[in-house]
Amino acid sequence: MSDMRTPLARVRGLGAAREGTGQFWRIRLSSVALIPLSLFVIGWILSLKGASYDEVRASLSQPVVTLIVALFIVVSLDHMRLGMKEIIEDYAHAEGGRLTLLVLNTFFTVALGVVSLFALARLAFGG
Amino acid sequence: MSHSPATRGPALRARPLSPHLTIYRWPITMTMSIMHRITGGALYVGAVLVVWWLVAAATSESQFGLIDWLVRSWFGKLVLFGYTWAMFHHMLGGLRHLIWDTGAGMDKAGASKLAWATIVGSVLLTLLVWAVYMAIA
Repeated sequence: MSDMRTPLARVRGLGAAREGTGQFWRIRLSSVALIPLSLFVIGWILSLKGASYDEVRASLSQPVVTLIVALFIVVSLDHMRLGMKEIIEDYAHAEGGRLTLLVLNTFFTVALGVVSLFALARLAFGG
Repeated sequence: MSHSPATRGPALRARPLSPHLTIYRWPITMTMSIMHRITGGALYVGAVLVVWWLVAAATSESQFGLIDWLVRSWFGKLVLFGYTWAMFHHMLGGLRHLIWDTGAGMDKAGASKLAWATIVGSVLLTLLVWAVYMAIA
């Protein structure tokens, strides 16, 4: 016996993501949150049918709408980042390309989040 | 430490492999599995449009007018219709995963039933939302 490690220790970290169940849990947590959030957003968008520019802005600057849309966007982007991370880990095998895609995935989702929150803040506080 | 021929022997034998995807008759659960990824990817790309709309609303009336015109065009409506469907499909597909996480619906018949429920449910919910949209004066 040249290897004292248990079979479990030998395979740990060899999955596509090289890590454990943290991501599994987080993607489920965000998915549960997104069910009521996205249903609210769909209903809210329906309520905006035919709305003018000023009406859309007025609706977006109501505190409840601002907060729920902000939550919807932040949780969606977290969920999106994790989902795309999983896809990249499954299909991109070359180490360099995979790393690049993983970095771009994070940059993309964080950028969208920052821009959205800025737009929402501007609408809410009047800029 | 040297290995004796007795311990080295079995490792060299060809190990049995489990049959891969192409061996099986294509079941509905496989279609729904890949559809979950495709709709997830579509929603990922479509998020750019949502953010664009939000930024336009915060920027100026002319910026907002551009995307508003796009959304109201027949092409924009088609994209939104597809986006609605992708959203419901991904939502119900995710719900299916949450059901599976409890250990329920994992049997062959149960999994197929859930797969069909995903596709039928997503189409019905999409039509419902668009019927409501049409009904709003």
